[in-house]
Amino acid sequence: MGKYLAKRILFMFLTLFIIASITFFLMKIIPGTPFASAAKLPPAQLEIMKAKYGLDQPVPVQYAKYIGNLLQGDLGISFQFNNTPVSDLMFKRLGPSMQLGAQAMVFGTIIGVLLGIFAALRQNTWVDYSATFIAVLGKAVPNFVFAGLLQYFIAVKLGWFPVLFWKGFEYTILPTIALSIFPIAISARFMRTEMIDVLGSDYILLAKAKGASFFEIAIKHALRNALIPLVTVLGPLAISLMTGSLVVEKIFAIPGLGEQFVKSITVNDYPVIMGTTILFAALFVVIILVVDILYGIIDPRIRLSGGKK
Amino acid sequence: MKKSKFSLLLVLTLVFSLFLTACSSGKDNTEEKPADKDDATGEEVANVPQELRMLDSSEIPTMDTVLAEGSTSFTYINNVGEGLYRLDQDHKPVPALAEGAPEISDDQTVYTFKLRDSKWSNGEPVTAHDFVFAWQRAIDPATASPYGPYMMGGKIKNAEKITELGAAKKPYDVKELGVKALDDKTLEVTLEKPVVYWEDLFAFPTFYPQNQKFVEEKGEAFASNAENLLYNGPFKMEKWEGTDATEWVLVKNPDYHSADKVTLEKITVNVVKDSNSAVNAFEAGETDMTGLLSSDIVPSYEGDDRMLSWMEPTVFWIKLNQKNKALANENIRRAIATGFNKEDLANSILNNGSVAANYFVPKDFVKGPNGEDFREKHGDLIVFNAEEAKKSWEAGLKELGVDKLELRYLGGDTEAAKKTDAYIKNQLETNLPGLTIKLESVPFAVRLERDNAMDYDLQFAGWGPDYGNALSFTDLWITNGGSNRMGYANPEYDKLIKAAQGELATDPAKNWEAQQEAERIMLEEDAGLAPVYQRAANILLNKKVKGLAIYNYGPDYSFQWVTIGEEE
Repeated sequence: MGKYLAKRILFMFLTLFIIASITFFLMKIIPGTPFASAAKLPPAQLEIMKAKYGLDQPVPVQYAKYIGNLLQGDLGISFQFNNTPVSDLMFKRLGPSMQLGAQAMVFGTIIGVLLGIFAALRQNTWVDYSATFIAVLGKAVPNFVFAGLLQYFIAVKLGWFPVLFWKGFEYTILPTIALSIFPIAISARFMRTEMIDVLGSDYILLAKAKGASFFEIAIKHALRNALIPLVTVLGPLAISLMTGSLVVEKIFAIPGLGEQFVKSITVNDYPVIMGTTILFAALFVVIILVVDILYGIIDPRIRLSGGKK
Repeated sequence: MKKSKFSLLLVLTLVFSLFLTACSSGKDNTEEKPADKDDATGEEVANVPQELRMLDSSEIPTMDTVLAEGSTSFTYINNVGEGLYRLDQDHKPVPALAEGAPEISDDQTVYTFKLRDSKWSNGEPVTAHDFVFAWQRAIDPATASPYGPYMMGGKIKNAEKITELGAAKKPYDVKELGVKALDDKTLEVTLEKPVVYWEDLFAFPTFYPQNQKFVEEKGEAFASNAENLLYNGPFKMEKWEGTDATEWVLVKNPDYHSADKVTLEKITVNVVKDSNSAVNAFEAGETDMTGLLSSDIVPSYEGDDRMLSWMEPTVFWIKLNQKNKALANENIRRAIATGFNKEDLANSILNNGSVAANYFVPKDFVKGPNGEDFREKHGDLIVFNAEEAKKSWEAGLKELGVDKLELRYLGGDTEAAKKTDAYIKNQLETNLPGLTIKLESVPFAVRLERDNAMDYDLQFAGWGPDYGNALSFTDLWITNGGSNRMGYANPEYDKLIKAAQGELATDPAKNWEAQQEAERIMLEEDAGLAPVYQRAANILLNKKVKGLAIYNYGPDYSFQWVTIGEEE
């Protein structure tokens, strides 16, 4: 296991390096100027500004410099947020995004899994149909519609929660619900399908024959096996939720990463694009590793290190 | 055994999520209390708290006067700082740190300002050396300021020279810049040539002073947050955690020289980028003032007296790249400039108070020596007329010896821009048979780069002024001018504008006429540009807020004269 982990971690760094390199060159291909006042500036001044940020150098030289700085943990300085180190920018913004994403993930998965289980156990009854309806709705309705509706009716009309901002737990509730719609839909659908599949298998029949109680069968035998495919989906889903949702952050005025990342691309803020991509990629490779380890815990038949010594 | 592994999974999941929640929430919850804690005092009707809660649609990209390049920065810099001049409540530049009007040399190029007594927020006096330091820093190629060279080039003596030397990587000396401290209280500014709008120039945030000792002591950290800044304006920043902060607080500056005239005690600003959300917050009573409303919201507040609307001096137009062989033809240009219905565009598609523009110097922007608006003399210079457009088009095609044309149209990638561009494409293709328009919707950053490279045929673009003179628009189209970038060239135009910038600087009446004539030539005779519309601005403002000063250039608002009345 230790050897396996070491190997995986080594590959993680290699993956990150490749991602960073590809992103760097792709980013340089994107047309556009990083200078907001470019329409007004005389050519001489544009030259001076390019030189200041090292953009007058050939791309391979810029690349070597960037990787050199990266290895020393220096992600550079943002263009759009004047004089602000990218690392400061990211980690300040990562907090709210991660909290919101994690809350939505936990809340959404729990609700979704429960819905899925009930739907499967009461297949083709009204319970099943309502759960399916909710799942389809969650998948079909874009979360900005949902967020907008929540904000207008629950916060503005009813006044139960603050309309926007990020200043305490009560501020997180509406955005969490808005963002959890998708994980609810995903987990409910997966859970239902897998449960139905598992419930029809021979070992469940055997368990029934042995006289195991309904509850025991559902939780101990069926749920556990049904969880495996879900875990596969939930890992990457967790990352995409925790790295910030452009729409939900914008609607609830949450100072998160999602909006910032998208904007950095449209304004060619090179250091922020790189920093955020590397951060997201790092989170992804870590989560993939965690998911692989979780497989083994959920189902001992899955072996990580390729059989026993 | 199996059970324990399953619970291990549960525990792991829980721990993981708790860990994430914990490491992210701690900071925000402890320091960020809802801003208006002392709202309770609002119960006393006789004593309304002088506090403004407002929304802005963007973070402050920088508070360094020397590096600032956008209206958000200018707005807050203007409210916490001050230069030689300041825009007053009626948008007129008036002496601020300058004690009265300066002494002006006979050739109108040397200005000698006496400074009034005033203090930085650390107690040190504001001196003439602070101006010299800040201006030199702004022009210094090592600073790489965007607005320093833009505002100073061709105006302050030797500014352009320093930039040219810097770009060529040759030695330069910022001391050559035309600004000198004769003593602590006397500042001498030398201009390249007379500048008719000099008062506006000296009111602009790029020309504010900076305390050398403070800036050098702070080094990289200067202007990185509220503590690393000095203030000499009506307000100071009490809370601002840096350029990415989404909340900041301004409080009255008791050391401001005219503090007795400032009533407002506190301004709390929060960033909300979604216009609908801002409106929701306003409706829920969580804020007194929104940022600019997106145009889809405006119709639903039509006639509501909480909506404040005004014409911005920002004009949008289609640039016609005259390096393109077809667009070098005047008939073709005229066909395009007159070939789409701008009234319909403004009224039906934009529907936010914006008006069709048949000009490029906006209305409600500048008044001449005769007290008339710039638009009084030649109101409409190039208007929509489908029939005439078709005639020009056919004549143009004949001259070119072709029967059809394909033109690339460079436009924005926002929803609003795409709608406008699709409408114009449809209009032009319908009214000008044989024309095919290829829409290229690109992000702003890409459009700027392609504008620089003149890599377009038609380009939808806009312009807002930086000072209160029509030159802010008319000097754009000088042959090979820095922002021309569409190959428009007419010696007659150049002559008129060069005169307005030069020898006519001291003759307001002639200057005014020269610019009006130049605009007429450019549009009426040459059809050098296809103006589209002048933009309207709309915000929601609580009626208890009085005395908000709205500006056309530089800062957006000044809060200096704001008072909070009783809730209506």
